[in-house]
Amino acid sequence: MTEALWYFARGSGVISLVLLTVVVALGIGSRSGKPAFGLPRFAVSMLHRNAALLAVVFLAGHIVSLLFDPYAQLRLVDFVLPFVGNYRPFWQGLGTLGFDLMIAIVVTSLLRNRIGARAWRAVHWLAYLSWPIALAHGLGTGSDNGTWWLWAISIACTAVVVVAVGWRLSTGFSRFPARADREVAARLRQPEAKQLEEVR
Amino acid sequence: MRLHIDWTACDGRGVCTELLEEMLTEDDWGYPVLRDGKGEIPRALDGAARRAVDRCPRLALKLTQQ
Repeated sequence: MTEALWYFARGSGVISLVLLTVVVALGIGSRSGKPAFGLPRFAVSMLHRNAALLAVVFLAGHIVSLLFDPYAQLRLVDFVLPFVGNYRPFWQGLGTLGFDLMIAIVVTSLLRNRIGARAWRAVHWLAYLSWPIALAHGLGTGSDNGTWWLWAISIACTAVVVVAVGWRLSTGFSRFPARADREVAARLRQPEAKQLEEVR
Repeated sequence: MRLHIDWTACDGRGVCTELLEEMLTEDDWGYPVLRDGKGEIPRALDGAARRAVDRCPRLALKLTQQ
């Protein structure tokens, strides 16, 4: 039984990494505004969200199974507080850090309508930080480090993200590259409630 | 219900024009244009309108009661 938990934790961790890679690529794809991956724009956007929620499910399984695992000896505090673990604290801590960032991204996305687009976008940028952290966590703490298949998966995931980020930074990225960037007065950027207050 | 487009927020990403093409079309720069000019939402399109509002990456769409 304990062996089964250990295998499950490792497997679900790898699946999370693959899903998060897909989520990053789809997120960049949906930002482009061009139909990407042979899908219409709204489908890219919805697939991005649903793949992200699925990744969270696998991540939850990954973490909860390690709570009962005699090797990792995870405690509840290790869910949120990085670098204080019993087992390879640094590499485990990267996992905790990545998880914290991801929770912030998911919660702000679910509350997007309440917190406003600007705050949501600022937090969403953390995805670019949490993905490499997740990758490093898998390679560093993973008991499968050194196996050819984990390296193959990691290299493939890295290639996908590097290509996606390269596309993001290229000039032909958005649908209308020739469109001028608009400059919006700071006054107009305030949340609507505040604007209304000022009118009153 | 009516659909309101906040032009200070809209960036013409084109998600709404796909989800609600019965009501919206794109101008030459990819910004949405209300086909009827008023944004009156027929009952049959309630769901599609809500989805378009939910999926706008800039939160530039709103449903209003007037």
